[in-house]
Amino acid sequence: MSGSIFTSSIGKKMFMSISGCILILFLTFHMCMNLALAISNDAYNAICGFLGANWYAVAATVALALVVVLHFALAIVLTIQNRKARGSIRYRVTKRENGVEWSSKNMLVLGFVVIIGLGLHLAHFWYKMMFAELMGAHEVAVGAAMVAPTDGAAIVRYYFAQWPYLVLYLVWFAGLWLHLTHGVWSMMHSIGLNSKVWFKRMKCISTIVATLVCGGFALCAIVIFLQENFGILVF
Amino acid sequence: MNLTLEIWRQPNAKAEGKFETYVVKDVSTESSFLEMLDILNTQLIHQGIEPVAFDHDCREGICGACSLRINGHAHGPESEVTTCQLHMRNFKDGDKIVIEPWRSRAFPVIKDLVVDRTAYETILQAGGFVSVNTGGVPDANAIPIAKDDAEESMDAAACIGCGACAATCKNGSAMLFVAARVSSLAKLPQGQVEGARRAKAMVAKMDELGFGNCTNTGACQAECPKGITINHIARLNREYLKAKFRS
Repeated sequence: MSGSIFTSSIGKKMFMSISGCILILFLTFHMCMNLALAISNDAYNAICGFLGANWYAVAATVALALVVVLHFALAIVLTIQNRKARGSIRYRVTKRENGVEWSSKNMLVLGFVVIIGLGLHLAHFWYKMMFAELMGAHEVAVGAAMVAPTDGAAIVRYYFAQWPYLVLYLVWFAGLWLHLTHGVWSMMHSIGLNSKVWFKRMKCISTIVATLVCGGFALCAIVIFLQENFGILVF
Repeated sequence: MNLTLEIWRQPNAKAEGKFETYVVKDVSTESSFLEMLDILNTQLIHQGIEPVAFDHDCREGICGACSLRINGHAHGPESEVTTCQLHMRNFKDGDKIVIEPWRSRAFPVIKDLVVDRTAYETILQAGGFVSVNTGGVPDANAIPIAKDDAEESMDAAACIGCGACAATCKNGSAMLFVAARVSSLAKLPQGQVEGARRAKAMVAKMDELGFGNCTNTGACQAECPKGITINHIARLNREYLKAKFRS
């Protein structure tokens, strides 16, 4: 009579929330790791060494990839079902409803921005670091130079030192920020952890989390750009 | 005032529909929106044109019969009023008003601006009621209920089932309607007895009828003529997941 939780609308949103929560936790960890690079190359490389081609890091990477696939696949399934539910005839006049955020209505579009940025990030960094180590490579090409895959700091600094890449990554972080400002409170709402009292607080927490995570990533990229090009903000 | 109306005309559920333009003259700013449509229909009858079909009943904002998407807003541009409570003083002389029926796969158009909202009734029949014996009318304070709980329950019970939420939602989701029904009973001891069964049955029926999935945009609460908030959706999510995991 009541159907399976796996196929119910609320069940699917619960899995969307759980996968989103795991990804936010990972992003927070990654942002902290990046901030270490702005302070010390050695500190960053030490973390990279800990997360290199070790079995636990590889297992975590595979698990994370599965979570990304689940989150994205659910988003596609939900969008297809929702478009079908909307019907084939659209309204002639559409107006933005009071208090409705643009991001809340464009989460899939923002999700695509995040995925494209993720592809760029994987090609620039993960492929030349963890993947190269797994393949047994001792050196990888970074621009004209050859760098050890264990020297993550040199690889990251090479890309963030160039303004076109810096701009690309900043656009990505902005897309991620918009995605998270809705995603964080929506995640709590979908699993029922919200109420009349907590509604505004959740939205505020959501903005704070999104700003801390994306601001941290952006700050790291900008500081590295300034360090590499102008020799300032070197700690 | 004189107005130009663009109205969706559709002879029956199977026929193709299209917008028709009509000019309605000498409308009083004191009249309600539905009275303005009555004036238009009188004009159309005199011209030998089929009058525009639209739903209405109580005309005082409590029955949920009226609907209409007016210039891109469910129940018109004013917040927290139904179409029958909308007055022509909200428009200006010479305005063009676009009037559309609810658009949602679960609400098929029957004729012109009239849609079939049986789907909401079907969801209610799945569990939106109390079937245990709650006895006779109790003394006012026989069952103590916290003021906040009573108020939240009454806020949710204000839902008139007009369908504006699903018709506004970009996902065609009926979550605000189901949440209001589940929430109003979940906050009261009489409703809590069947809370788990109710949440599971109503959500299952909502999914079965082809409504979409809620993505928490909040568009439904912005357009709800009774000001029902999406906080009730959080409660429905909680009630449903709790019920599912316990069973």
